[in-house]
Amino acid sequence: MGLASGQVRNMATLKDITLRLKSIKNIQKITKSMKMVAASKYARAEKQLKPARVYGAGALALYEKADIKAPEDKTAKHVIIGVTSDRGLCGAIHSNVAKAIKSEIANLTSAGKEVMVINVGDKLRGLLYRTHGEHIMLNCKEVGRKPPSFGDASLIATELLNSGYEFDQGSVIFNRFRSVISYRTEHKPVFSADTVANSENMTVYDDIDADVLRNYQEFALVNIVYLALRESSTSEQSARMTSMDNASKNASEIIDKLTLTFNRTRQAVITKELIEIISGAAAL
Amino acid sequence: MMAARFLRCALPVLRHARSYAEAASVPTQMSFTFASPTQVFFKEASVRQVDVPTLTGAFGILPAHVPTLQVLRPGVVTIFNDDGSSAKYFVSSGSVTVNTDSSVQLLAEEAVPLDQLDITLFCKSARKTAELGDTGCTRLLHQCKKIGEDLSQQQTSMSILLEPLSVF
Repeated sequence: MGLASGQVRNMATLKDITLRLKSIKNIQKITKSMKMVAASKYARAEKQLKPARVYGAGALALYEKADIKAPEDKTAKHVIIGVTSDRGLCGAIHSNVAKAIKSEIANLTSAGKEVMVINVGDKLRGLLYRTHGEHIMLNCKEVGRKPPSFGDASLIATELLNSGYEFDQGSVIFNRFRSVISYRTEHKPVFSADTVANSENMTVYDDIDADVLRNYQEFALVNIVYLALRESSTSEQSARMTSMDNASKNASEIIDKLTLTFNRTRQAVITKELIEIISGAAAL
Repeated sequence: MMAARFLRCALPVLRHARSYAEAASVPTQMSFTFASPTQVFFKEASVRQVDVPTLTGAFGILPAHVPTLQVLRPGVVTIFNDDGSSAKYFVSSGSVTVNTDSSVQLLAEEAVPLDQLDITLFCKSARKTAELGDTGCTRLLHQCKKIGEDLSQQQTSMSILLEPLSVF
């Protein structure tokens, strides 16, 4: 079939439309395959999330049942652990956590408390370092490539404890997985060994010496970080799956519209040529 | 007439009847959760007794145990079910929490049922680690040699091997 030659009109020429159609079809293939990959990773992550949730709930049970709260009057030092990942194209995952962290920092600094942030995931660092760079204590990279393990959580907790920042309490901010299409940004509390020891309900617990409590608290910290990592990874994969699915759907819509435009343009060109031929013949 | 008077005398006694005080509301069942990061073994189950090895010594937890927090030491955890059967697991480390409402959370960093441990591999790696100078393994090595060659009794041997760990 003949392509329109050199004629620049307001509507695109056949060649432009063909190029655009080809590139959008490629994009659709890519987003479809990304959706498949995200779906398989999501299935695996959700399976591993079930035991991790029981484990994390067990670790948090003490805080809930003993109703441990940090003393309000002291100028407490806070730590915030924000958990996301390195990779994008997953919807609002990273920005939700960054928003929660920013509002939390604003609340705490207006109340006169000191707060430091640990970023798990490069995306979070990018979102926070420009405006809240002075609060960032630690950055973790290479998050999200492989499913999170207990070793990763213990690495993060070890770095926090070795950093020398004597925090009294804090929170882990992450995206809790609710279903394939929904997640919610939540926070879980983190306490230091001293805060727990001085909490009023702790006298109920028998036979605890400082060493045991410190060990216990460190282990609880790792458990909470592990739960946050697992939930966050599952939410991220499901969000990436839905966003790539939407992208593929949008691409097919554009392909349909462009195909129609292409056919109309092609018919218009043929009609024009016919008219030229006929009017030329009629002139004879 | 006598009956009516008798009844009238009896009534006040009934109104001021005395009884023993009620027993303190102690939960008779423990809600036992035992999990590792990758696997859940018990979730809010009702069991009779749990023996745990901790840094400060091994002790058994029954329902209505006094609330406590402990850190685990490598050893064998034994769980006695309500029907009398028992299950043994080897744990590497972790924590145990007993709350006031008699719920017990046993969180192990690594836990494996004893019957999944292969005694030959175990003795082999214990020997290797002892050669590298780890004195803790030499004790295990003696146990290995004692039970050693008769590997047909794998399951019982494993628990016999590891029991001494909980009773330091």
